[in-house]
Amino acid sequence: MSKFISIEEAVKLIPDGASVMFGGFMGCGNAHKFIDALSKSGVKDLTMICNDGSMPGGFMGEDYYGVAKLIHNKQVKKLIATHVGLNPEVGIQSFDGSLETILVPQGSFVEMIRASGAGLGGVLTPTGVGTIIEDSPLCLGKQTINGRDYLLMAPIHADFAVISGYKIDKGGNVWYKGDTSNFSIAMATAADTVIAEAEMIVELGEIAPEDVRTSGVFVDYVVEGGLYQRG
Amino acid sequence: MDKAQIKEFIAKRVAKELKDGDVVNLGIGLPTLIPQFLPEDVHVILQAENGIIGAAPATAETIDPLHVVDASGQPTYVSPTGCYIDSITSFGLIRGGHVDATILGGLEVDEEGSLSNWIIPGKKMPGMGGAMDLLVGAKNVIVAMEHTAKGKHKILKKCRLPYTAVNCITKIITEMCVLECTSEGLLMTEYNPEFTLEEIQAATEATLIISPELKPMV
Repeated sequence: MSKFISIEEAVKLIPDGASVMFGGFMGCGNAHKFIDALSKSGVKDLTMICNDGSMPGGFMGEDYYGVAKLIHNKQVKKLIATHVGLNPEVGIQSFDGSLETILVPQGSFVEMIRASGAGLGGVLTPTGVGTIIEDSPLCLGKQTINGRDYLLMAPIHADFAVISGYKIDKGGNVWYKGDTSNFSIAMATAADTVIAEAEMIVELGEIAPEDVRTSGVFVDYVVEGGLYQRG
Repeated sequence: MDKAQIKEFIAKRVAKELKDGDVVNLGIGLPTLIPQFLPEDVHVILQAENGIIGAAPATAETIDPLHVVDASGQPTYVSPTGCYIDSITSFGLIRGGHVDATILGGLEVDEEGSLSNWIIPGKKMPGMGGAMDLLVGAKNVIVAMEHTAKGKHKILKKCRLPYTAVNCITKIITEMCVLECTSEGLLMTEYNPEFTLEEIQAATEATLIISPELKPMV
């Protein structure tokens, strides 16, 4: 079965109300072409699971960078993130009640996603002990192990994960450029359906097996983004 | 001192805390000034929690903002000895005690060595990002900040804003003094002779313990 579909076909997979993980950090590593198409699709009430809300003002001169487009269009009903300070619209929508925002520590966030993808029932972490994270809906309790306190954090799963790779081969194997891999490696394991946007689609063998960071077994669909230009 | 001079003074003093070979995570703002004040024989490995060990400034040739950014989302690059990692590895490094020092600012700190800097309920909610993990995991936590906020106390008996982490700070370095966090409270080990000890205490809500080996900041 071919994994290759058009961006338009991939966007149609995502219904109103879906939960979607987006790889990327302040827009770096976002699946830019897919997100641009999603922002024009009218899909709404999304639960977005992403480190941040990106920021206005992208590096290609666009008004909203990466996932910031989805926030700006009010397509997101609930956001699970770690830092939203660079996108003022997240704060505005959260305070006026139109967006439910749950903040979790970044290290816990990625481990909670990894736990879900690795079949684990949660994460025990010292991060957040003694803070209001103990009251988070994603904190399941507290345990003392060898005299140290830990919070039990829930796994995070999603209907979809949307990641971006610089090179993706015809088997769906992903090679990430620079520090774009960030959350995508964990997210690719933790969703029912994984959509990967390639800046370049390459022949089998062009990515050495030891350089594959996300195996094609995790990737359901590949879309060709091409080199990023203002969209 | 004006605002810029205060920041430079603090950054210069913090630079003395770092040893050659240390793995260091710098927060945004003032901490980013520190590397320029390191002595020539001190080379630190800058960690950016979004996925770089050995971050280095980008040049006109290496800049690639779509693929290499730092933890504030701005273009950066990697040193010849560095590497890129994903977020799982990055936070394993942080929580696992492999980061020697994290240097960051604070809205409030207190005499229990706790820090608040991620949320002002009802007003601002930037989020904690990686700060909670860094405070819990780094071997040394250095808070580098102005002593007061427009005259308002920042060094308190107990933080009033929600904590970022509790009992986590190693040292607090301001334009007035250097404070070590101990089980007895805040121990002043150095002071800026531009201020009297009375002035420093008056600018501090927490009760300062004066070290018998108190010396001037240089």
